[in-house]
Amino acid sequence: MEVWKMIGTYAVVFAVGGGLCAIAELLIVRTKLTPARILVIFLIVGIILEGVGVYDYIFNVAQAGISVPIVGFGAALAKGSIEMAQKVGFVGAFAGGLIRTAYGVGVAIVMSYIVTLLFTSRAK
Amino acid sequence: MAATNAVKARNDKYNKYVETVTPKTSIPKALFHSFVVGGITCMIGQGIGDIVILISPSMPIDMVSNITSMILVTVAILLTGLGVFDVIARQGGAGSFLPITGFANAMASASMEFKTEGLIFGTSVKLFSVVGPVVVNGIVWSSVAGLINLWIMGI
Repeated sequence: MEVWKMIGTYAVVFAVGGGLCAIAELLIVRTKLTPARILVIFLIVGIILEGVGVYDYIFNVAQAGISVPIVGFGAALAKGSIEMAQKVGFVGAFAGGLIRTAYGVGVAIVMSYIVTLLFTSRAK
Repeated sequence: MAATNAVKARNDKYNKYVETVTPKTSIPKALFHSFVVGGITCMIGQGIGDIVILISPSMPIDMVSNITSMILVTVAILLTGLGVFDVIARQGGAGSFLPITGFANAMASASMEFKTEGLIFGTSVKLFSVVGPVVVNGIVWSSVAGLINLWIMGI
């Protein structure tokens, strides 16, 4: 039974994650939105989902399918900000988002720097 | 006035020319590629999370997702350095830039591209040239969300 449950979870993760990317691709093909704008739109969708409290319900079902796309990054920012604001008062709203996402952003900056030192960009 | 009309006519003609030269991408195929690449990336993320839980079951769920995104970001940046990510991105479209791996790739490729201008004025300045909008909007709107939440709670 455990195995079937796991296969089910991975199927949902694949469907939701893939579906979000397909929607983004459709926006690129059909409208003149640039990838940067689409990233910001999905990010703000994540912040709104977390802000109104729907994100946790979606996450319980879709798991990594919603948290790996940029929607999850937005939700993590908003969750951190909301939690910190409730804990330390309104100043926490400005710090919470960064504190919660600091692991991923920090490692991205450090690794980018190291990789830049090690490799040289290939001519396209 | 005549000059602006001439410019407009020329621009229209040029835009029409561009449209004929631009390769027509098949929409269903592009959607399918994005779906598969994005779906597989999310499944890898789920797999990393499951393995982390398997290794240390007592870890809080927030920490599991932090470590998962750290591993995904690291792998994506290493693949960018090796030039493998570009090969995936060419096929994946939105499937490769919407997940957190695309965020990492955008950061690393911008920083590598401007290495020639020096580590301070090239790499350090351009590191956020692509992901800047995401970081700025993320911080601004999440702060607003936190403040609104606090305000609603206070009523």
